[in-house]
Amino acid sequence: MTNWSIILNIAKTHLLTKMKSTVTATLGVTFGIGAYITMAGFMTGLNDLLDGLTLNRTPHIRLYNEIEPSLKQPISLYTDFEDTFNVINSIKPKKSQEKIHNALPILDYLKTNNAIKGATPQLQAQIFYLSGSIELGGILVGVDIIEETRLSNINDYIIEGTPEALRNNSNGILLGAGLADKMSLSVGDRVQVSTVAGDIFPLKIVGIYQSGLAEIDNVQSYVNLKTAQSILGQPENFITDINMRLFNIEAAPEMARQLESQFNVKAIDINEANAQFETGSNIRNLITYAVSITLLIVAGFGIYNILNMLIYEKMKDIAILKATGFSGRDVALIFMSQAMIIGLLGGLLGLLVGFGLSVLIDNTPFVTEALPTIKTYPINYSPLFYAIGIGFALLSTFVAGYLPANKAKNIDPVRIIRGT
Amino acid sequence: MKLVLETKNVNKHFYKPKDFHVLKDISFRIKEGEFASIMGKSGCGKSTLLYILSTMDTDYTGELFLNDRLITGKSHEELSRIRNKNIGFVFQFHYLLTEFSVIENVMLPAKKLAVKSLKEIKHDAYEKLKMLHIDHLAEQRASRISGGEKQRVAIARALINNPTILMGDEPTGNLDSHNSQNVFNIFKRLSTEEGLSLLVVTHDEDFARLTDRIIQMEDGRVID
Repeated sequence: MTNWSIILNIAKTHLLTKMKSTVTATLGVTFGIGAYITMAGFMTGLNDLLDGLTLNRTPHIRLYNEIEPSLKQPISLYTDFEDTFNVINSIKPKKSQEKIHNALPILDYLKTNNAIKGATPQLQAQIFYLSGSIELGGILVGVDIIEETRLSNINDYIIEGTPEALRNNSNGILLGAGLADKMSLSVGDRVQVSTVAGDIFPLKIVGIYQSGLAEIDNVQSYVNLKTAQSILGQPENFITDINMRLFNIEAAPEMARQLESQFNVKAIDINEANAQFETGSNIRNLITYAVSITLLIVAGFGIYNILNMLIYEKMKDIAILKATGFSGRDVALIFMSQAMIIGLLGGLLGLLVGFGLSVLIDNTPFVTEALPTIKTYPINYSPLFYAIGIGFALLSTFVAGYLPANKAKNIDPVRIIRGT
Repeated sequence: MKLVLETKNVNKHFYKPKDFHVLKDISFRIKEGEFASIMGKSGCGKSTLLYILSTMDTDYTGELFLNDRLITGKSHEELSRIRNKNIGFVFQFHYLLTEFSVIENVMLPAKKLAVKSLKEIKHDAYEKLKMLHIDHLAEQRASRISGGEKQRVAIARALINNPTILMGDEPTGNLDSHNSQNVFNIFKRLSTEEGLSLLVVTHDEDFARLTDRIIQMEDGRVID
C-alpha cells in the first residue's frame, strides 16, 4: 500500500529546502525541452517552406507527350533482318504531335474520378518577348487560371494584379517578375510576344508573377488557355499538359502508372519530379532530432547528478524513514517523485519557453526577394513536438531518477545509523 | 505472562574485513510491560543485537518472535510495516528530519501507517508532545531545538503508533546528566503507567541499574 500524500509531502519538502539544486535541475530540463521545441519548430517550418516552394507548384501528376525516339525502329519490323546484327546511326525522335491526343475527353474523364481533386489543362509554348529590337526567349503557359488558383498556390506568387483580372481579359498576361524588370514593364503596360513561327501578338500586362525561382521568373508568363491557343493558331483541343492534384498524395505514383498505360501518354508523379527534396527534408529532420536528443540527455545527466547528491545529503533521513517503518519502495518513490516533479515542471516550462521562442522567431522579419510571400521566419507549431517534448522530459527524468532512487531503496539503515 | 519479544539461537557473522562471529546463540525473552536494558562492553555485539531485534537487520540465523509471531524470513515490505506499527525506536543521536517541523516529525510514522485520519494523528501527536512537556515546540523546525528536546521529540515519534515495544540504542548517550535523567524518567513512567515494554542498550550503569532487568552481554553471548 502506498501512501502518496506523505510521499509527495516529503518529496516537496526536500525540493523546497534544496531550492538551488531544484531550480538548476528544472532549468536543465527546461533548456533542453525549450531548445528542442524551438529547433524542431524552426527546422521543420523551414523544411515545409522549402518543400512548399517547389512541391506546391508541382502537380501531383502531370500528363504530357514526351518527344522521344521510338523503341521499335522500322528495321526490327522486317523479318528478313531478324537474325542479323543491326546498327542504326543518328536516330531521330519519333515524329508525333506535341499535344496530348484526345486531351479533352481525358480531362472530362479525370474530372469524374473521385480520387482526383482537380485536373487542369495547360498549353506550354516557346515564344519570344519583344522589347524594341531585343528578343527574349521564354515560355508562355496557357492556363485555366481560376481552376489553377483552386488547385495550386499560384495566387501566393502573383505579387501584383489578381487571377480574376487575367480571366476577364482575353489579351491579358501575368508577366514573370524577372521579365518585367528586364523590360521595365509594369501592370497596365503592353508587351509583344512572338511565336516561333514569327507571328506577333500584343498582350496587356494584368499582373506580375514572382515564384522566387529566378530561372522561372526570367522566362515564364501566364495567359489564358484560349489566348495561348489562338497565339499559336491552334484549335481548342490543343493541350500539351494536364496537371492533376489528388486528395491523397501517396496514391500519385500508382495512379500515374495507371494513367500512363490507359491513355498512352507520359505521366510523371510528384515523387519522381522531386525525389531530392524528400531526401533533404529527411536529413534536416535527422539533424534536428540528433541535436535535440543530445540536449535532453545532457539535461538528464544534470538531474541524475543532483538527485545523487541529494541522496548522499539525505542518507540520515533515509535511515530514519526506514527505521520508522517506511519501506525501501516508499523511499524510492520519494526520490522518484522528486525526479518526476522536476521533469514535469521543467518540461512544462520548457514547452512555454519553446513556444515563446517560436513566437519570437515567427515575428522576426525575414524579407527576401526570392520569397515574395514570406515576411517572417517560418515556424511549425505542430502539437506533436509539444507532446514529444513533454514525453521526453518525463522519460529522461524517469531514467535519471530511477538509478539514484533505486540506490536509496537499497540503503541499509543500520549502516547509516551505526555510522559504519 | 505474555511475551512481546523472543529470540531463539540468533547467530550473526560479519564477513568483512574477515569472518567475525559477532552474536553467538542469543536466546532471551522480554515480557509484556518489562523495562529491560542490555549492557556490555563496546564491541560485544549489543547494538548489533538490537538492530536484529528491531527487524532492520535481516542478515542472521535463528528465529525472532514479536508478539508470539515469527518475524524471521518475512519480506522487507512486511518488516517495514511491522516496524512501523509495533516498534518504536530511539537512537543515540536525535535523528529527526531537520527540514520538517517537530509536529510533522512526530506525525510521520502515523501518516505512514495511515490507520487514523489526519486530524486524529495531529491530536495524538499533540498528546504525546504534551506528555513529554514539549508541546510548545510543536511548530518549530526540528533543527532549531536543543539536544534534550530533540531526544524527547524522537521519543514522541517512537510512541505515536502506540508500539508494542520501545527500543533505544544508547538513548541517553549523547545527553548531559540532567537530560539523561529526564529521558530515564520518561521511560520509567511509560513502563509503570502505560505498561509499555522497553528494551534499551546502554553504557550507563546508573541508567541500567534502575531498570527492571539487565541483560549482560560479553563477546557475543548473553551471560546473565
